[in-house]
Amino acid sequence: MNQPASAYFLEERHDPTETHTLSVLVQNEPGVLARVIGLFSGRGYNIDSLTVSETENQKHLSRITIVTTGTPMVIQQIKHQLDRMIPVYRVVDMTLTGSSIERELAMVKVRGGGDHRVEALRLADAFRARVIDATTESFVFEITGNSSKISQFIDLMRPLGLVEVSRTGVAAITRGPEGM
Amino acid sequence: MTDKSHDPNQMTGAAMIVRAFIDHGVQHVFGYPGGAVLPIYDEIFQQSEVEHILVRHEQGAGHAAEGYARSTGKPGVVLVTSGPGATNMVTPLTDALMDSIPLVCITGQVPTHLIGNDAFQECDTVGITRPATKHNWLVRDVNDLARVLHEAFYVATTGRPGPVVVDVPKDVQFATGTYHPPRKSDVHISYTPRVKGDENQIRKAVAMLANAKRPVIYTGGGVINSGPEASQLLRQLVEATGFPITSTLMGLGAYPASGPNWLGMLGMHGTYEANMTMHDCDVMLCVGARFDDRITGRTDAFSPGSKKIHIDIDPSSINKNIRVDVPIIGDAGNVLGDLLHVFKAEARKPDIKAWWQQIAQWRARNSLSYRKNNDIILPQYAIQRLFELTRGKDTYITTEVGQHQMWAAQFYGFEEPHRWMTSGGLGTMGYGLPAAVGVQVAHPDSLVIDIAGDASVQMTIQEMSTAVQFELPIKIFILNNQYMGMVRQWQQLLHGNRLSHSYSEALPDFVKLADAYGCVGLQATKPSDLDGAIKEMIAIKRPVLFDCRVAALENCFPMIPSGKAHNEMLLPEEATDEATAKAFSGGKALV
Ligand SMILES: Cc1ncc(C[n+]2csc(CCOP(=O)(O)OP(=O)(O)O)c2C)c(N)n1
Ligand SMILES: [Mg+2]
Repeated sequence: MNQPASAYFLEERHDPTETHTLSVLVQNEPGVLARVIGLFSGRGYNIDSLTVSETENQKHLSRITIVTTGTPMVIQQIKHQLDRMIPVYRVVDMTLTGSSIERELAMVKVRGGGDHRVEALRLADAFRARVIDATTESFVFEITGNSSKISQFIDLMRPLGLVEVSRTGVAAITRGPEGM
Repeated sequence: MTDKSHDPNQMTGAAMIVRAFIDHGVQHVFGYPGGAVLPIYDEIFQQSEVEHILVRHEQGAGHAAEGYARSTGKPGVVLVTSGPGATNMVTPLTDALMDSIPLVCITGQVPTHLIGNDAFQECDTVGITRPATKHNWLVRDVNDLARVLHEAFYVATTGRPGPVVVDVPKDVQFATGTYHPPRKSDVHISYTPRVKGDENQIRKAVAMLANAKRPVIYTGGGVINSGPEASQLLRQLVEATGFPITSTLMGLGAYPASGPNWLGMLGMHGTYEANMTMHDCDVMLCVGARFDDRITGRTDAFSPGSKKIHIDIDPSSINKNIRVDVPIIGDAGNVLGDLLHVFKAEARKPDIKAWWQQIAQWRARNSLSYRKNNDIILPQYAIQRLFELTRGKDTYITTEVGQHQMWAAQFYGFEEPHRWMTSGGLGTMGYGLPAAVGVQVAHPDSLVIDIAGDASVQMTIQEMSTAVQFELPIKIFILNNQYMGMVRQWQQLLHGNRLSHSYSEALPDFVKLADAYGCVGLQATKPSDLDGAIKEMIAIKRPVLFDCRVAALENCFPMIPSGKAHNEMLLPEEATDEATAKAFSGGKALV
């Protein structure tokens, strides 16, 4: 093994990575989001998407949905690290439940005229995107779905005059009668 | 409106803080005043139940509180002002987080209406200390203060212990509100550390232990943190199983160094027998340790043929670096008790004679040997003499960070837990002197010795003044090699002996310095002086700076070179320049 002289044991690992969606139920108090984000940046974990909002049915509880990528060992670490934070009630790995529904909303602004305009409308229809704003030279579409569907729609809009995109990030919930 | 003026629970925020200290049994607070904590200092002035120890730098307060906590099992309490007071605490907080030491730190903050305005001595204390604490709070309403203070003590001392910060703006200290004594509902219901281990996992573990041919027990600071009972149970388990036992730097003393099953410390500078036993074992029982990189060496070559059982109170320690077969989440003492119970009821001592014979061969390599010298004091010899001359005394040892720390771990035999205070996880130079101050405050009649290095000791030497003021007879035993020895060793081994900035130029005369501080200075330069000087140091009932002049270029062995496995240790007698060069696979740098 050839490595530079170092006081640390340098190792490269090439375990395959996985993408997981985690739902985290937290006490809604100042700084709680900073704690979660600080954990990810401080320990070098990935955040592919993060959404947070107070959940209505239980007072003072917020639900954070995080999509993250890492080796299985890292994903397990992330869950344990989240779980041991004082204001965290529960961490559920939605990907492991095998029955979760994930949705994201995007607003997509497209500018153009002529054939491009017609094509954009036609594609929006096929993707069940709604027109929520229109001018003579632009549309804003609203589209909901899983992240890959949204990405696909955005890719299709690119040659048709894509101006900008605003995405909410992923929200997730399990199927069936049980809550988390 | 009801008249609250006679309600004894009506008080200012500042009074609440002192009251909470008293309610949590706090006898000593380490601190340093400033504008944002003056109301609290005013309260401290007007009572006598809590004694305040004035340090000379806030970092000193933090490490003193760590020493206090580690030697007593009680939380260490710190009080510092806003801004620079708080930022000076970042090192000890991080140190305590890494080594799982319970600290409660109260910081003053600028008044709430000024927060965010870059006010004088304002800093974002909760933001800065968030990754340096187990949890922290900014209290904006005096009526939340009692609850937060009680929760802070609870969080610091339960589960995996750690440091917490409560940041209290000055207007909240002045404001009057309602105090209440500690109660269960003060704590987040989301915080429920698990103490008891899973019964099925414990049974699985016992079955594995009972069938082991080449077992080892590997323990860490978690056993110490769990309390003295955990160490007793560990000793009983070793007795009942007959297994060999090793420990991390943080775990020394849980099993006595004089015990027959003791292998010595493991890891980078651990003994050959400890590391070989770890490497070749078939069943490993890890209790309250975390498989960190100084222990494992190359993780892909770490104990390749063993089944591993891991007892830890922190689920995030499980499978972090090394995959284990039987994880048991729970308090070390609690789980050890259950494990011992099941083992005694259902298993018999396995026959591991052949394994002990193998271990005896490794031991015979005598990996801590060093050549004797009649002219120059070797640092190993100095620690051995210190150990022999303090044996049987009521002694506590702290250290700084460097070679002297490793030699202390290798050559000072610890018989009991809570007697050894060292900065393991963070490796903070400057820890040992203030830690000794804290230990001495908790144990005024004991012998408290900081085994120090010439470089480290200068990082917090100002706390000698604290020791003098509070009549704390700490002994600072400096292994003065005139180098940052550990840095010099790495430079020699890894960077072509280019000793870049590792020579301790312009060292103070420690004997004169002692005099300047009003304590006692001693020096030993020859092996023949050493015993007499150590005895003198022990006899003096005042703080002592002991300048022990040792060989400058001695290296700390044995050692696992970087990128190597446990069975590729470099032993002292083999560490010729050529062998050393070969052992370090970055070879090029050595040419
Ligand atoms: C605060 C801090 N800065 C830097 C280091 C890096 N470091 C580790 S050991 C060491 C040298 C220690 O020298 P000394 O105290 O004389 O001990 P020796 O190794 O000579 O026994 C240094 C600089 C550290 N551990 N802590
Ligand atoms: Mg030195």
